[in-house]
Amino acid sequence: MGEVIVITSGKGGVGKTTTTANIGASLAMLGKKVAVLDADIGLRNLDVVLGLENRIVYDLVDVVEGVCRLKQGLIRDKRFEGLYLLPAAQTKDKSAVTPKQMQDLCKELKKIYDYVLVDCPAGIEQGFKNAIAGADRAIVVTTPEISAVRDADRIVGLLEAAELNSPMLIINRIRIQMVKKGDMMNIEDMTDILAIDLLGVVPDDEYIVISTNKGEPAARDEKSLAGQAFRNIAKRIMGENVPIMDLDIQEGFMVKIAKLFGLK
Amino acid sequence: MLDVFKFFSKDQGTSKNVAKERLKLVLVHDRTNCSPNFLEMVKGDLLNVISDYMEIEEEGLDIRITKTKKDNNKVMPALVANIPIKKMKNR
Repeated sequence: MGEVIVITSGKGGVGKTTTTANIGASLAMLGKKVAVLDADIGLRNLDVVLGLENRIVYDLVDVVEGVCRLKQGLIRDKRFEGLYLLPAAQTKDKSAVTPKQMQDLCKELKKIYDYVLVDCPAGIEQGFKNAIAGADRAIVVTTPEISAVRDADRIVGLLEAAELNSPMLIINRIRIQMVKKGDMMNIEDMTDILAIDLLGVVPDDEYIVISTNKGEPAARDEKSLAGQAFRNIAKRIMGENVPIMDLDIQEGFMVKIAKLFGLK
Repeated sequence: MLDVFKFFSKDQGTSKNVAKERLKLVLVHDRTNCSPNFLEMVKGDLLNVISDYMEIEEEGLDIRITKTKKDNNKVMPALVANIPIKKMKNR
């Protein structure tokens, strides 16, 4: 029996979809069978981030309504052995699926897959309630901004009210040079305030923009710092004890290079 | 010269500390539906009671509403007060 993990944030634009795609790809690279499920009905996005937009025939609503069989709706990612995508419907709205239907769908999926990752829409309305309905665990993504942390806190409260206890935190897009200057909240500031366990820290990385442009998850690239952070997160989800990446050393190296070229 | 100022202002005037303080205040309200004003009242009354028994350092006083995990993994709001004592009063 697999595990259903929902990836939420409350605030939009903090990187839920990128996180879902990269953790999914990383888990697949580690030999797991993974289904990633786009629960953002009406605003389909996970397909383009994964670069699978041209291969969609059916979607989540088709599967739920019985228009096609579950296996027909799932798109196999040829680059990652074991990774499958169930895309969101683009033409329907959030009321097209009920929490009960999502629960049943998740139950079916975890019979087949080791991990089912649900990309939750932003907000706290119906789409959020649907997305968390079938989840066993929850991940909360935030960025080091006051608005994102505030929404993350609200989401933690709502998850706990829905008895999804002990959600795990991913801090995305941290910029270590700004943290050092005291112009950005650090990891401890955020874990202090939110009082939930830290699953991972992902540095702000231009490579994410490039890889999203191309539709190739950064997790596959050895050179990408963010990609490495996502691979570490996948290992932690599998229960491995991987220390949080020391961003300071990486930064130190970059600064040294910058100094070498007289940029600093 | 500017760097010297930066050095001294570190940890108090940095923008991340401003963010953190503002965040703490809004979260008190978000989590419990009580206003910062309400917390100030609690703080005032606490001070009154405690100052009968000990001398405290008012600048170091930190009162906030956070969350705490109980044994059954349920999360509850908790009032946490950190009150530095200067001296105990002889009674």
